[in-house]
Amino acid sequence: MSVLRLVAVAWYLQFKMIMRSPFDGFGNVLYPLFFATTALLVFRAGASPRTLLYAALGAAVMGMWSAVSTSAGSAMQRERWWGTLELLVVAPRHFSLIMLPATLGLATVGVYNLAATLLWGHFVFGIPLTITHPLLFALSVVGTVLAFGGLGLLFAVSFVRFRAAWVLGNFFEYPVWLICGFLVPLALLPGWVRPISWVLAPTWGMSAIRESALGGRPLPDLLLCLGLGLSYVGVAVLVTNRVLYDARGRGTLSLT
Amino acid sequence: MIVSARIFLVGGLTSFRALFYWLTPWIYVPTMLIAPIFQILLFAYIGRSAGLESDEFFLIGNALQYAAIPCLFAMAQMVGGERYQNTLSAILVSPAPRIPLFFGRSLPVVLNGAFVSAFSLLVGALVLGVHLPASSLAPLALVVLIAGFSCTGLGLVNAAASLRIRENAVLSNVIFGFLLIFTGANVPLDTLPSWMSTTAQGLPFTHAIKAARELAAGASLADVRGLLAAELLVGAIYGIAGYLLLRWFEVQSRRYATLERS
Repeated sequence: MSVLRLVAVAWYLQFKMIMRSPFDGFGNVLYPLFFATTALLVFRAGASPRTLLYAALGAAVMGMWSAVSTSAGSAMQRERWWGTLELLVVAPRHFSLIMLPATLGLATVGVYNLAATLLWGHFVFGIPLTITHPLLFALSVVGTVLAFGGLGLLFAVSFVRFRAAWVLGNFFEYPVWLICGFLVPLALLPGWVRPISWVLAPTWGMSAIRESALGGRPLPDLLLCLGLGLSYVGVAVLVTNRVLYDARGRGTLSLT
Repeated sequence: MIVSARIFLVGGLTSFRALFYWLTPWIYVPTMLIAPIFQILLFAYIGRSAGLESDEFFLIGNALQYAAIPCLFAMAQMVGGERYQNTLSAILVSPAPRIPLFFGRSLPVVLNGAFVSAFSLLVGALVLGVHLPASSLAPLALVVLIAGFSCTGLGLVNAAASLRIRENAVLSNVIFGFLLIFTGANVPLDTLPSWMSTTAQGLPFTHAIKAARELAAGASLADVRGLLAAELLVGAIYGIAGYLLLRWFEVQSRRYATLERS
C-alpha cells in the first residue's frame, strides 16, 4: 500500500513539474500536432480506403509516444543536473520506484496529446469521433500509458551513462512512429522489421486503442501491451541495480 | 574591410565550432544524419499507406525540409548559446560591425544545412531505391545550397526572437512544424486550402522543393531558374528582416537593460 502511495505522490509531483515546463508541458504537446496535421492532410489527399479516424488515432498515439521518448531518456540525468540524484539514490525505497513516477508523468502528458490530437482532427478535419467500445478504449489508453511509462523508465536508466542521453530519447521518436503501426500498417513494412515491432509495447497499445475505437477485440492486444510494459519495468530494475552498483564502486554517480 | 572579412570568416567559424562543445558526434550523427533518414522513411511509408504520391516525392520534400533543423536551431543557439555562456553581452558591447558579425555566423550554418540535405537525399535515395538521374546531381547540389541559405535567413529571424524568448528550442520546433505542413514537403500544394498554398509561397523550401522535384524529373537548371530566384529572394528577405530585428532588439536590450533577462 505504501508503495502505491509513494508512486502516486511522486507521480503527482512530477506531473505538476512537467506541466510547468515549456518544453515538456507545451512543446511536447504542440510538436506532434504538426506531424498529426501533416499525416491527416496526406491521408485526406490520398486514395487509401483507410479512414481519417484510422489516421487520427495513429497520429494521437504518435503524440503520446513523443511525450515519453523525448524526455524520458534524460529523466535520470535531469536529477543529476539538479543535484538531487544522490538524495534519491540514498532514499530507503528502491530507486526504480522513485524514477517510475517521472516517466509515468511524461506518459500521462501523452493522454493530453491524445485528446488534443483527436479534438484537433474532429474540429479542423471534421473527423467523427465515434468510439465503438468506450470502456475498452479508456482501458486501452490507460494500459498504453502504463506501458509507455515502463518503456520510458527503461530508457531513463539505460541511457544514464551517456552524456547526450536526451539525443537517444529523441532518436527513438521516429523509428517507433514508423515501425509500431501508428500510421503505417505492419504489413507494408519489410518482413524483418515485424519481430522488432512485436517486442515493442507501443505496437500492441496502438492496436488495442484502434480495435476498441473502430470495433474489434482489443483485450489480447491490451494484455500483451501491459505484459511487455511490466517486463520493461523488470528489466529496468535489473539495469538500475547494475548502474547504481557501478556508480557507487567507481564514485561516478554525479559525473556528468 | 580586412577586419570585417576577419570577423565574417574567423568569427563565424569560431562561433560554429563552439556549437561543438555540445554538438559532439554523439549528437551530430543521430540528429543530423540518421533522424532525417527516418523522417523520409516515415513519410514515404505514410504516403504508401495513404495512396498518395511516390517515394521520390517524399524523399525530396523531406530531405530538403529537414535542413530546417540545423538552420533554425544553430541560428537560435547563436544567441541562446552565447547567453548561456555569459558571452552575449561581451559580443554586443564590442565595436565589431554587425553585418559581418551576424552574417558571418550564418555562413557555416548554410553549408551545414546544405550538407545535411544532400546527405539525406543521397542516403534516402539508396534506402528507398529511388533513381536520381546523374545529370540532376550537380543542379540538386545547387538547390540544397540555396534552400540552406533561404532557411538560414529565417533562422536569423529566429535568432532575433531568441533575444526576447527564453525557450528558443520550442520556438524552433514550432517553426519546423509549420515548414513541415506548409512547404509542400509532404502534402501537394494544390491539395492544400488556398490560403495555405499562398502562405507557402513566402516560406523557405517551397520553391526549392518544387525545383528539386522538377530536376529529378528531368528538367534542366535553366527550366527551374525562376523557382531558384524566388527561393533566393525569400531567403534574402528573411535574412534582412532578421538582421534588422537583431539590431532593433539589441538597441532595446541596451536601453532597457534586458539583454540577460529572457
